[in-house]
Amino acid sequence: MTTVRARLSVPSSAATSRRALIVGGAVVAAVLFIVFRGQWTLPHDDDYGLFRTLNGIRDAVESNRSVLEPIRAGVAGLVGIFDQVLASLGWPGVIGAAAAIGLIFGGWRVALLAAVGFGILGSLGLWESSMAVLSMMLAAVLIALGIGLPLGIAAGRSQRLASALSPVLDFMQIMPTLAYLTPITLLFLIGVAPSVIATLIFAVPAAIRITALGIRGVPATIIEAARSLGATERQVLVKVLLPLSRRPVGLAINQTIMLALSMVVITSLIGAPGLGRNLQNALSKVDVGASFDAGLAIVILAIILDRLTYAAGEWADPRERAARSGPRWVTIGVALALVGIGLAIPLVADATTFPDTFAASFREPVNVAVEWFTDTFHAVTIGLKDVVTNLVLNPLESVLVTAPWWLVVAALTTVAWYVSGGRAAIIVSFCFAFIIGLGLWEHSMVTLANVVIGTLITLGIGLIVGILSARHDRFRAFLRPILDAAQTLPAFVYLIPALALFNPTRFTAIVAAVIYALPPVIRLVDVGIRGVSGTVIEAATASGATGRQVLWKVQLPMSRHALLLAANQGIVMVLSMVVIGALVGAGALGYDVITGFAQGKDFGKGLAAGIAIVLLGILLDRITQAAGARRQAGMETAG
Amino acid sequence: MTVAGGPVVPAAATSDGAATGGAAGASAAVTAAAVASAAGSPAIAVRDLWKIFGPAENKIIGTPDAELSASDVRLKTGSTVAVRAATFDVQPGEVFVVMGLSGSGKSTLVRCLTRLIEPTQGQVLLDGEDILKADAKRLRELRRRRFAMVFQHFGLLPHRRVIDNVAFGLEIRGEGKAERHRRAIEMLDLVGLDSHAWDYPDQLSGGMQQRVGLARALAVDPEVMLFDEPFSALDPLIRRDMQNEVLRLHHEVGKTMVFITHDLAEALKLGDHVAIMRAGSIVQIGRPEEIVGSPADDYVRDFVQDVPRSHVLTLRWVMREPRDDDPVDGPELPPDTVIRAAVHVASATESPIRVVEDGRLVGVVDRVQILAAIAGTEPDA
Repeated sequence: MTTVRARLSVPSSAATSRRALIVGGAVVAAVLFIVFRGQWTLPHDDDYGLFRTLNGIRDAVESNRSVLEPIRAGVAGLVGIFDQVLASLGWPGVIGAAAAIGLIFGGWRVALLAAVGFGILGSLGLWESSMAVLSMMLAAVLIALGIGLPLGIAAGRSQRLASALSPVLDFMQIMPTLAYLTPITLLFLIGVAPSVIATLIFAVPAAIRITALGIRGVPATIIEAARSLGATERQVLVKVLLPLSRRPVGLAINQTIMLALSMVVITSLIGAPGLGRNLQNALSKVDVGASFDAGLAIVILAIILDRLTYAAGEWADPRERAARSGPRWVTIGVALALVGIGLAIPLVADATTFPDTFAASFREPVNVAVEWFTDTFHAVTIGLKDVVTNLVLNPLESVLVTAPWWLVVAALTTVAWYVSGGRAAIIVSFCFAFIIGLGLWEHSMVTLANVVIGTLITLGIGLIVGILSARHDRFRAFLRPILDAAQTLPAFVYLIPALALFNPTRFTAIVAAVIYALPPVIRLVDVGIRGVSGTVIEAATASGATGRQVLWKVQLPMSRHALLLAANQGIVMVLSMVVIGALVGAGALGYDVITGFAQGKDFGKGLAAGIAIVLLGILLDRITQAAGARRQAGMETAG
Repeated sequence: MTVAGGPVVPAAATSDGAATGGAAGASAAVTAAAVASAAGSPAIAVRDLWKIFGPAENKIIGTPDAELSASDVRLKTGSTVAVRAATFDVQPGEVFVVMGLSGSGKSTLVRCLTRLIEPTQGQVLLDGEDILKADAKRLRELRRRRFAMVFQHFGLLPHRRVIDNVAFGLEIRGEGKAERHRRAIEMLDLVGLDSHAWDYPDQLSGGMQQRVGLARALAVDPEVMLFDEPFSALDPLIRRDMQNEVLRLHHEVGKTMVFITHDLAEALKLGDHVAIMRAGSIVQIGRPEEIVGSPADDYVRDFVQDVPRSHVLTLRWVMREPRDDDPVDGPELPPDTVIRAAVHVASATESPIRVVEDGRLVGVVDRVQILAAIAGTEPDA
């Protein structure tokens, strides 16, 4: 915003001189780089003093667990209850119950989807893993909603609370998932409980935000009308606010579940059982076929949960319910029958494990197909990988690593100042100071290089596809279901296709990050360009502008904020994925974090790396902050 | 106030018929306050009511800043004076219209009456009880039983059927379902929507939705109904229907009504008294023909200049002193006959109309004055 205002108010001669300053600065930076290359570098040291200090902190926390232990035990207990319930239902009971829920909320299609979906989970041989994921997710969602819904309602009613929460939620949402994990293992060790806690921390901001937005979206006149009739605050809440925000609250629950599922599989890194562990094992063995099975199971679980919660949200609307055909008791009767059949099967047959007779695995065919593909298109995939790695990634990495640290700091701080103003520049320089203090300069620079490349590729593709989608309704209609599906997928599964194509390398992680970040970027570009007022476009067309001119002179400039927001989102998502990419061959910070979980002596380094990732996230977010201001303004007007 | 002005208000609505008769002889430019004192205790009395929005809410009144214009106050203190020292009386059973352009503070004023917006200072007396001193419980009680409000954007609950929207106020105050449904049906019948009781609001047109809003307000059987620009969001034709509807209901149920509008024609059509607001201040209060006939300042004059005077002004406004040589065979009319209604009488006779009040000749109107009024020029021009 600052830049925009400055540009508007500064006369054009000043603008050009400012541009000259930037060009001059770039030239100076290049000269300094050539002169001082290889000096003032901060090479990585695995035995940095701070890492050992952090190990010491861990030991201190270790010997004082009495405060944290009840939380840990309580969460583990809750998961245990869900485990028990799912186990005692057995596979027939779970399938029957899922179908019954689907039938009541959404009708027979949803019921069928749920039943078949759970059936596939079993036949993939992943029943136990799926149930483990399900019970952890349910526990996390229960707690997240228990915290998130009341807080969201309160934030929706009190502007003051909303303003106080907003920066905290912002921080939680830009924090890369991997960075959550180390501090949580510090507090809650590894296993089920910390996994659930990490998951709920990841999922709760969405629950709060969407609920608050929904409450805030209730028209003021209706609230005023209720007050004018003498309604108490409680009556306003119960009779007006809650019924009218039923849809957004349903969406909040849906999003909380989807985010929780996405995170629960990642927490296999800190010892959570379930599908995440299957996936992680397969990835580490570069067994694409096995990872495909696990990934498919995760996707199926995601689809079932998405449809069930969506249907439940619709069902919660009495008008929707009334419009359904068929008498209600039939539905309920059939639903009860389904559960009954499910529960009866163990009486006649052994139902402790899913029967082998339905076993099916895609492992072999997928591995064969991948092998064929990589053999056949070896030249293309390896060529692409080598070109990007050698011509772009390596040079950038070497520039960042071999340049004097102060030059990098100065250059990026200047960029932050130019794009987002003074405050952003100060925050960026502070982040750099802390990264240097953490002793992770070199690894941070390597990760930064990956993020920069990933973001550039994402934005390049995202802009082109987004513009096409904005200009061609048909293309958009074609794209929409793909983007919808992509956005419901848990982040972890994006590693699989990248691994299948490129084997474990740094480039693989970048590809995974690009696939992960593309859908929202495309969407934001599309929405931004389509958001340009029709009158302005009409005016431009009326003055004889060609389609291309309309795009370059009207649509792109006018959607500048949306494009910046896309860049901002893209960069944060790419970072989040690039560090997880350590599982498929990326090194640096992500790898430090993951080895930190595995080996006690590396804990300190892992924790420091987690913090460095957060700092990098804040830094990158602030550099593109100009869009962030806009994002908040958008939230406020939306409410 | 009921005498010369509102034909709708039954005489019984005022406490003292004799006092009313006395007021009739008063000057046409009689002020509302004077009328009020003559007509007995008002339903609502507003005294020196202020509402200031912004950081300096409590630092302006009583200081020299309070004398500054609204825009100067905003510049100096960052606060907005939305209502400034409003003082007026609303008589039982009358329609009191507050008219002003957007931003004049009229919607804030009406919300201050039931403290939907908390006034900064002043008094709002409902039958002598100061609403501003009521605690939360008492205020709720007042809102539940004695006031009801109709909103510009209806404020209906989209997830409830029409009948449950109408019954909402009764539900709020804890009445049983059967009773409130019975009452709701009665109200829907009154506004002509009984066949739509089981529809949802979004299945109705805008005008019908506002009838639901009207029925909801009527359902609690309030003493005072507040209307906040209720018809501004409606099409002109529907608006006219709804205005007539309000007049009809007012005639049937005889509620005291405070009606906010930005439409002068609507104000003149509905109001027994009209208050004109500008930048937070009430610049004039009077009967419609007083507003049109003797605007208090240039602002009001500007406002009313396009109003067809012959539709609003009465003979009292155009008559001249009787002269000795006036023919005595002219038709007789009372002084509160609207000019337009006198046209056919005037055209039927050569002689000037004799304006007679209580059997006494108070003035004479001939065709010149009537034609001048129709032409929109001053009668003595």
